[in-house]
Amino acid sequence: MTVWEKLRPYGMVAPSIVIFSMFFIYPIFYMIYLSFYDWNFISPTKTFVGLQNFKDLLLDEDFRKVLSNTTVYTLLTVTLTTVLSLLLALWLNRKGFFHAFVQGAIFSPHIISLVSISLLWSWLMDPEYGLLNWVIGLFGFDKLQWLSHPGTALVSLVIVAVWKGLGYNTLVFIAGLQSIPSDIFEAAALDQSKPWTTFRRIILPMLSPTIFFLVIINMIGSFQVFETIAIMTQGGPVNSTNTLVYYIYENGFRFFKIGYASAAGVILLAIVGALTIIYFRLLSSRVHYR
Amino acid sequence: MKATKSGLLVETGDAALTRGMEGSRGNRISLIRAGRAALRVLNWLCMLLLVLVFALPFGWMISTSLKTMPETMIFPPEWIPKQPVWQNYADAWNTGPFLRYFMNSVIIAIGILICQALTIIPAAYAFARYQFIGSKLLFSVVMVTLMIPAQLIFLPVYLELSALKLLNTHLGLILPFASSAFGIFLLRQGFMQVPEELIEAARLDQAKEWKIIAKLMVPMVKPVLITFALFSFIAHWNDYFWPLVMTTNETARTLPLGIAKIREVEGVATWNTLMAGNLILVAPILVVFFFSQRHIIRAFVYSGVK
Repeated sequence: MTVWEKLRPYGMVAPSIVIFSMFFIYPIFYMIYLSFYDWNFISPTKTFVGLQNFKDLLLDEDFRKVLSNTTVYTLLTVTLTTVLSLLLALWLNRKGFFHAFVQGAIFSPHIISLVSISLLWSWLMDPEYGLLNWVIGLFGFDKLQWLSHPGTALVSLVIVAVWKGLGYNTLVFIAGLQSIPSDIFEAAALDQSKPWTTFRRIILPMLSPTIFFLVIINMIGSFQVFETIAIMTQGGPVNSTNTLVYYIYENGFRFFKIGYASAAGVILLAIVGALTIIYFRLLSSRVHYR
Repeated sequence: MKATKSGLLVETGDAALTRGMEGSRGNRISLIRAGRAALRVLNWLCMLLLVLVFALPFGWMISTSLKTMPETMIFPPEWIPKQPVWQNYADAWNTGPFLRYFMNSVIIAIGILICQALTIIPAAYAFARYQFIGSKLLFSVVMVTLMIPAQLIFLPVYLELSALKLLNTHLGLILPFASSAFGIFLLRQGFMQVPEELIEAARLDQAKEWKIIAKLMVPMVKPVLITFALFSFIAHWNDYFWPLVMTTNETARTLPLGIAKIREVEGVATWNTLMAGNLILVAPILVVFFFSQRHIIRAFVYSGVK
């Protein structure tokens, strides 16, 4: 083996490793470093403040509101998306042109820019001239304020997120259903197993890796929701839709509280990191069926 | 005559009897049939409703984009405007430097794609096919990058790009995505599935290693490459967050930012112009989706599953 042959693999992975180190690994450490400092981005000096940023964050009313908003948003979005898409998958899991068409239709929002989706739904949810208020009016309901009322704004954002994510989740579930070996279903049919029993005893356990995968990536995705909030509500009304990434964005880019924003970033990183670790722990121990 | 008559009578009686019997069985069968048909109709209606929930918003977007401002406020709504106002599209296009936005979107999405092709293919190949000291450690860097979402660290990345004087440049928007952990992960799986004998045979033919990669291995993983390319292009074409965070002026801003800005420019939301702008952004993706639906769905769904 020549020297060149020994070095070749390193040369081949080097560009990617350099990119990841520069724009991923290093920034993580830089953010942790910044979270211990007070800095406004313009001043040449950073002041070391220890854990002060974290203390301030935990005492900040707004930040607690932001944390609770993010949690409520995530729980609602993930639960609704997972349950609804599992039901849809069981219903739509069939071959044929028509079913493919329906699957394509519900999937389509997934590949559309969140900008378009946010603008479109802002218009649909317009309190005066929105189509949604007209539709619920047909069923005799009063007009809703949707995004302009603190009581309904967060739920409105959840509706948009579920609408966007439903198709993708459904298709992943369908892929999961189709990977269940058909002889298991045949055996269940021979045993005259009832549909509910088949679902509970066969489909649910066999799908558990898929369910788990979707719950985790939906959770990670929801925790960092930004686009819909930046375009549809800007965190309002009265902070009712302010969430973590948007909060970091505002503190960093509007108020130039770099250290403070970094500390919030570190907290978000810890949450997402914990979710990821839980995912891989459980993946390697419990939910595997093979 | 009589016999014939009675025979006829008997016959008719028999016929009536059989008809009656058939009738009661037929009733039951037709009831079941009707029940099944009703279920099928119900099933179809539900599916229609489901499609409507997803198609109506898009239909409403197209409809609104062709209306005059007063027409957008008429209820019950007119789905097809009497006189389509194509001017809305020109208006949307003229709210900002849209040609530049468009070019920026193309340059950045294509630039990222080219860089990724150059970095991912060799890296994935090395991780899949070579044994070298430290490969586990280096691959764990890839895995960490894969697992932690980039959106978490935009603040330090912004500071870094600012220090490198790369804000407001195409390069600054391309470089952080010049490689993809997800791509390496996908492609590595692909390379690992190519049978070893094929490579051995090529090596016996004294083929150069880079030739084996370019001429033999890359064609073998073409489906994975197409899948990833679609995924990457759509993701970066649609991206709003990074161009928003990494730009402070119009030089490198992309289409999604331009569209989102229409709303700010007008003060009062002119929904017809906004929806026209929205369609400019959505149409290319929807057209591509229409023609390669299966590929795209596979790109997003199956890459996630396994």
